[in-house]
Amino acid sequence: MSIKRRDFLKIVGYGIAGSIISLGGGFIVGRGSEILAMIDKQGEKKGVKWAMAIDTRAFKSEEDFEAVIKACHQAHNVPNIPDKNREVKWIWVDTFERAFPTAETEFISEEVKRRKFLLLCNHCDNPPCVRVCPVQATFKREDGIVMQDMHRCIGCKFCMAACPYGSRNYNFYPPREYLASMNPEFPTRTLGVVEKCIFCYHRLDEGKMPYCVEASQGKMFFGNLNDPESEVRKVISENIVIVRKPELSTKPKVFYII
Amino acid sequence: MVEKALKGSLKYWLWLLFLVTIVVIAFFAWQYEHHYGAGVATGLHRDLTWGFQIGQLAFFVGVAASAVPVVLSYYLHNYKEFAKLTILAEFMAVGAVMIAMLSVFVVMGQPTRVFNVLLYPTPNSLIFWDLVVLSTYLFLNILCGWAVLHSYYKEAPYPSWLKFFIYWAIIWGPSIHIVTAFLLQGLPGRHYWLTAIMAARFLASAFSAGPALLIILAILVKKLTKFDVGEKALQTVAKIVIYAFIINLLLFAFEFFTAFYSGIHSHMAPFIYLFAGYEGHAEWVPFSWISMILAAIGLVLLLVPYTRKRETTLVLACFAVFFSVWIEKGVLLMVGGFTPNVFETVTPYFPALPEVLIQAGVWAIGFLVITILYKITVEVFKSKELAVKLKK
Amino acid sequence: MYNTGKVIVGIIVFIIFFTIPFWLNLGKVKALPKPELPKDETKCVEDTDYMRAYHMQLLHEWRTRKIRKMQVYYMNHEGKLYIMSLQRTCMKCHTSKEKFCDRCHQVVVTHPDCWRCHIAPEEVKK
Repeated sequence: MSIKRRDFLKIVGYGIAGSIISLGGGFIVGRGSEILAMIDKQGEKKGVKWAMAIDTRAFKSEEDFEAVIKACHQAHNVPNIPDKNREVKWIWVDTFERAFPTAETEFISEEVKRRKFLLLCNHCDNPPCVRVCPVQATFKREDGIVMQDMHRCIGCKFCMAACPYGSRNYNFYPPREYLASMNPEFPTRTLGVVEKCIFCYHRLDEGKMPYCVEASQGKMFFGNLNDPESEVRKVISENIVIVRKPELSTKPKVFYII
Repeated sequence: MVEKALKGSLKYWLWLLFLVTIVVIAFFAWQYEHHYGAGVATGLHRDLTWGFQIGQLAFFVGVAASAVPVVLSYYLHNYKEFAKLTILAEFMAVGAVMIAMLSVFVVMGQPTRVFNVLLYPTPNSLIFWDLVVLSTYLFLNILCGWAVLHSYYKEAPYPSWLKFFIYWAIIWGPSIHIVTAFLLQGLPGRHYWLTAIMAARFLASAFSAGPALLIILAILVKKLTKFDVGEKALQTVAKIVIYAFIINLLLFAFEFFTAFYSGIHSHMAPFIYLFAGYEGHAEWVPFSWISMILAAIGLVLLLVPYTRKRETTLVLACFAVFFSVWIEKGVLLMVGGFTPNVFETVTPYFPALPEVLIQAGVWAIGFLVITILYKITVEVFKSKELAVKLKK
Repeated sequence: MYNTGKVIVGIIVFIIFFTIPFWLNLGKVKALPKPELPKDETKCVEDTDYMRAYHMQLLHEWRTRKIRKMQVYYMNHEGKLYIMSLQRTCMKCHTSKEKFCDRCHQVVVTHPDCWRCHIAPEEVKK
């Protein structure tokens, strides 16, 4: 009897949630109307493909990078591990040679070579990590976000071998011991699971921009790659952009404006 | 037949005790890793997430499939000399598959969730297929080895239904290397692995290192228990070793050619790192050369009929081949795959003590299983030989 | 059967040994768990009986919908919307893990591993 009741509740829940949210989604969330227009139906985001563009010219000082990194890492309870070979980082800074090792660098402008680059998960359109995961703990959502389900991950680290960008993190140390403060709105992780940037799917679903984009104050762009009118599409088409290791056909969705 | 494993000399029990002690130590090391983290318990890091323990998977699937050429000769070509050796080969495969599977299990960050692999079967992941082929091969070898031994024990021909499983095991054997090689060779951006002959190399190295270990074990069993598989059988296996080993070295040379003649930097870099050092890092150069020197020693000792036919030099040659492949498959394959890393710089890797202890435990479990199965085999054959003598 | 006497005695000793906790506690009724309920909220996401029996299934369902089905809101049978989140919804009313979750879980000896990752309200204050 009680099982039937539960199933009944589920059906009612799905039905009402679907219809009401599709009608009044914008009203309930109230913010980010541009993005909300695109995600008017909860759980149904066909035609959306999230992408990011980073204006590397605009990032000048250490503080510019730090503001972005801090916004992400504090909000997502990313631990600050002193062991640099085994740290956890969702978004970080690296040099041109390391970020684009296959790009020809010998004769390009010294200014570009000296620039620093924000690195994060590329949310590839053709992600090798998703292909290899034996439990579907990492998978591609309909809107192109490469998700990581930390509940299901068995910690086999196959995805880390498959990722050609070094964007994945394994919890080599108990993460809670390396957290100065905790954001009560977001969980931490545990020893022995893999984690990475999740393109702030939780914020996008609620109609907000990712933390890093918000904190960059206009130095990073985010939006729907399938929409020719979107800001990302515009900055990508109007500037010279590169992606990391294009020769591997992973189709990264994080673009760097040079 | 199991009761045969319960009666033994003091030496037998001390050996078992020794193995169990290692397993217990390994268990505590494993607990240590899961309490304090892989950061302190292993040498793994962001840029090298599969260390020498996954290398043991690659190596021991090879050892496991060494049963294939022996079983194949015996059942398909009716090569009678392999009668006794076949059972030893099948039981060695059992131990080796267990080592291979456990090596993966112990490096998992969340071992309690291992059944997620079956709960959410994912056909596009090769780990799923590796689990399928390895557990099937384990089952087939236990079944075939045990049933054949049992029919000998009962002095009856083995049941006809077993034929099906024996042929299945023969066909199945190569699949365990192919799938394990696919694990590595399909990853973009890992240039040392991204080569179509990886699976072929796995097969060649397997059919050399595996039978080499089989020769060593068979001679050891003969020395300890007077259970002799026959000189002719061993010599035939030695020939299998030498052919497979030559092919293995050739395939490795092909890799060199492709990397260096094409001149693509990212393809050459792992070879340079392993054999000469890269950007001031040369942690594994001595090991690469030791592997090469051992290969040369093994090659010469096996090629010259005089040294191949003498037991001491044959064992020496088999050790050389075994450890040459062990270094190459078991350790350097992983190191080369991850170094230089995705940023084309070097983050050196060296196994940590708890990591080695855990792996020692896995080896011990494998050898424990092999010891017990061999003990049963030897006792069964002994009791039959005794019965024959008494009748006379 | 060989050694019938010994075998039967062995089985009896075995059964007694493994049921000792049951015999030792027979007849002693321990106090029922009293989880501390929120003071200013009377209604949970679903009604009390349902939550008591199926909260784990509900949480599991939320997790699947949030992570895998791209949904944010859960609608209960009264049509009220809730954000599907343990930390942002459940623990906003149930402000203590120790006084709510643990009280029952300890009595029934279950140790869900939610809190290895999720942050209990009392941990934030530290």
